[in-house]
Parts: sequence; C-alpha cells; structure tokens
Amino acid sequence: MAYSDKVIDHYNNPRNVGSMDKNSAEVGTGLVGAPECGDVMKLQIKVNPSTNVIEDAKFKTFGCGSAIASSSLATEWVKGKTIDEALAIKNTEIVKELSLPPVKIHCSVLAEDAIRAAIGDWKKKQGTAKPEAVAAQ
Amino acid sequence: MVKLPIYMDNHATTPLDPRVLEAMMPYLTDQFGNAASRNHKFGWEAEEAVEEARRQIAALIGADAREIVFTSGATESDNLAVKGVAWMYREKGDHIITAVTEHKAILDTCKHLEKEGFRVTFLPVDSKGLVDLDDLRKAITDKTILISIMTANNEVGVIQDIKAIGKIARERGVLFHTDAVQAAGKVPFNVNEMNVDIASLSAHKFYGPKGVGALYVRRRNPRVLLTPIIDGGGHERGMRSGTLNVPGIAGFGKAAQIAREEMPKESAEMFRLRERLRTTLERELDEIYINGDLQRRLPGNLNMSFAYVEGESLLMGINDVAVSSGSACTSASLEPSYVLKALGVGEDLAHTSIRFGIGRFNTEEEVDYVAGRVTEVVRRLRELSPLYEMAKEGIDLKSVHWATEA
Repeated sequence: MAYSDKVIDHYNNPRNVGSMDKNSAEVGTGLVGAPECGDVMKLQIKVNPSTNVIEDAKFKTFGCGSAIASSSLATEWVKGKTIDEALAIKNTEIVKELSLPPVKIHCSVLAEDAIRAAIGDWKKKQGTAKPEAVAAQ
Repeated sequence: MVKLPIYMDNHATTPLDPRVLEAMMPYLTDQFGNAASRNHKFGWEAEEAVEEARRQIAALIGADAREIVFTSGATESDNLAVKGVAWMYREKGDHIITAVTEHKAILDTCKHLEKEGFRVTFLPVDSKGLVDLDDLRKAITDKTILISIMTANNEVGVIQDIKAIGKIARERGVLFHTDAVQAAGKVPFNVNEMNVDIASLSAHKFYGPKGVGALYVRRRNPRVLLTPIIDGGGHERGMRSGTLNVPGIAGFGKAAQIAREEMPKESAEMFRLRERLRTTLERELDEIYINGDLQRRLPGNLNMSFAYVEGESLLMGINDVAVSSGSACTSASLEPSYVLKALGVGEDLAHTSIRFGIGRFNTEEEVDYVAGRVTEVVRRLRELSPLYEMAKEGIDLKSVHWATEA
C-alpha cells in the first residue's frame, strides 16, 4: 500500500510528541483504542481556564503510519482552538487532509475520539475542581 | 556500503538464481516445443528437458522421477493433493486431519470439502507451533483417509516432526500429505525416510521461477491415486492435464539440483546469519519475543514481536528493507496472523510481529544493516508509543480497561 506524502511527513516528523502531567487540572487526557486492535492513541490538551483555548497539545500513538499521522495532525489542529471549536473537528476532515484510503478511515475516527476523550477528561476535571474551590471559600 | 533496498522476505518468494535463468533460456527461445508433441524434434527436446527436471526434483526429495507431477505452483499442488485424495477415496472414508497453522491453500481446500460433506479435524498446535502426536493419534478414526500436515510453516518457520507423523499415518493405513513448500531445498527432506505419500513443492521458494510447482505422488507401498481437479488431455499420468510449462520446469529442475548440492553449506550460512540477526537484536532491544520454536525451525527464519511497536509502522520506518509483518494492518483480512494466534501469541503482540526471511543472496553486511535499522526504528517508535510509556511507569497493560469500539 502506498502512503500519501502527508502521512509520510507526519510519520517521519511527528508533531507534538510527548506527555503532559495527567494530574494537572489544566490538562485533559484521552486514551482510546486497544492494544489487541493494533491502535492506541493518547492525546493530551492543556487548556487556559479563562479563555477555554487549547494552548498546548501532545500525543503518543501505538499504531500504523496512518494512525500516527492522524493523531499528529489532530494535535496540530486543536492547538489554538477553543474547546468548542476543537469538538467540531470531524474525522472526515482528517481523512481528506491525509488522503487516507478507506481501509484507514478507522484511524481518523480514533483521532476524533481521542480529541473528544481529552476534552471530556478536562471538562470532568473542571466540574470536580469547582466544588472544591467553593468549599475552600 | 550495502545496496538498497534489501530483500529479506524469502518466505514470500526468492529471486531467480542466475544459473536457473540460464537453464531456462533455451526453452524460452529456440527450443519452444510442446513436451506432448511426440513426432518431431521440438517436442522431443522439450520432453527431454521435462524428464531431466523430473529427475532433478525427484533426487532432491529422494523420490523416483515417475512420482513427480508438475503443476502451476503450491496452491494447485495442495488443492490436487487434498481434493484428489478426498474424491478418490470417498468410498473408503470421509475424514481428513490437518492443523490450524497450515497455509490457506490447505485450510480453505478443507473448508471447501466440508461443504461437500467431508469431516475435517483441525489439530491445534502448542506454543512452539508443534502438533501434538498424541492429539494426532487420537484424531484418527477408521474413516480417516488423509492426514495433511505441513513440513515447515511459512510464517514462523517451525518444522513439524514429519518422520513421526509419517510413521503414525503408515501404521494406521492413512495417506499422508505434507506441504513441503518452505522446507524443500532448505532442510533435508526425504519422502521415504519420512513416510510421506504426497508432497507439495514450489519452484519460486528455492530460487526457481514463479508459476511452476510439483506434487510428489507415491507409486508404491502404497500406490496413491488421485482424482484430477483439472480435466483435459491427460498429461502427467492423467493427474494434471494441461500443456507443461517447459521453461519453468527446466528452471525448477535446475533450482532443485543447486539446492541439493549446496544445501549443507547454504543452510549453515543461513543459520549463521539468522543467529547473527537474532542475537544482535536481542542485545540492542528489550521486550522482544521470538514466535515459534527456535530449535525446530528453518535456518533462515526469524519471526519476532517487538512489544509496543505496531508492525506496519515498523515496516514503514524500515522502508529500505523488505520484510513482512503479522500485523492486521498488513493483511488483506484486517485480522492479525492466524498462525501466531494458534501459537497463543496475544493479539497485542501479534500486531507487533515481523517475519525476517534470510535467503541465499543475503550477506552479513545486509544482516547488520537490517539489525541496525530495526533497532533505530523500534527505539524511535517506542518513544512515540503510549504503551511503552505506560509499561515503563509500571502499569500492567492487561489490567487497563480499554475503551474498545462498540
């Protein structure tokens, strides 16, 4: 199977590889997929609580080249976006940008899931952080 | 400096040996006759080439030349063996025994026969990839007409105890077929010493041309009869109609002759290179696992899982080296290797497996280059792997509740 130039570029030069402190209140972590399925993506976002803007994003992925490229692209795209804007990213846009063949569409779906999971984790932290803040007052 | 790309996928196919091409050339040019033409020089020359090849192939496996039936390749040979026996001996019984790690040409042929009303026992294998001989004995009934167990596996290179299986089959009066496609020409294989009744061979697995194979069919003690799967002019003792592929057969014969003459030296060299690759990788990388038995194995085969690194992404990183993977992403079915699954290799590790197939034309420099590239890419991809990170943090990956797709 031939890979698109963009997939190869992300595979060779993955953007935003790394990890952030998953216990930080500003960080949301999404871990999706399963080793048995051959794909696991971890996507983390750091959100400015006053603006809801994603200031930083990091990923690590176990998976094929298309899975690595999809998650690398996802971190690029979410950076600088607000939470709501990031939630609007669709897997079909990833498919289009990377010219993924039909057999690799699940990689883009997983990347969209990873964004949603990271945002969900961050929102949960905000929900639990607030009552604590109230209690402290 | 090594010449790139490097071909190290010699279980898929092998390059044509230049000596084989030389032997084929006359039959691709001036000596183009049909081996079945009985009344002119063109036919006689072709026939003589075919008979010479028959002798060379028979000599490789300790058979008589008259026991070699030419086919289009291994898949046809496997089909002819299994269907041919099933259809010929249907009155005698309806039961076939094979193993779960066989090539699809056997497994799918058996499934086809199940639809025709035959019963098939698919024997399991142990974690080393070996069939349990007691399982085999227990599976035989008075309705069993065929045992088909491959000699060497195409993925993990594991070599079954063919001699013992042949002995059991002979004692119970059951015909024994073996797919010897990966083994013939690589390791000693003798149909009489091993009590083999039918054996599949393929030219392109040992430096011959593609599109030609053979089936060894025993003529005496016992005489094996097969119902043909192709009808026509009655070539090859009526077992396989169709004009013979004379250049291909001439090349097949030459390839068999070279393999027979050079096997002792060549298999020792394959083994040396394989061990060099294995020990280098094991020295450089942690958490790598060999799939299948290391002792009973083809000398040129190394099948390894590189934990936390998905196979296709590893192949993508070593794109100047041709090897293959048991990862789902590289298979047409999108399922990880059924062979590794049968050995009890978890799907997580099956996704990380790479098959290296060292062949006649690989060099020590190539092996060192491949080991270096694999090491470099595995390290890079592990830095990218959330699983490696979690494992290093001491998280038991088996205990994680993975949010699999609904």
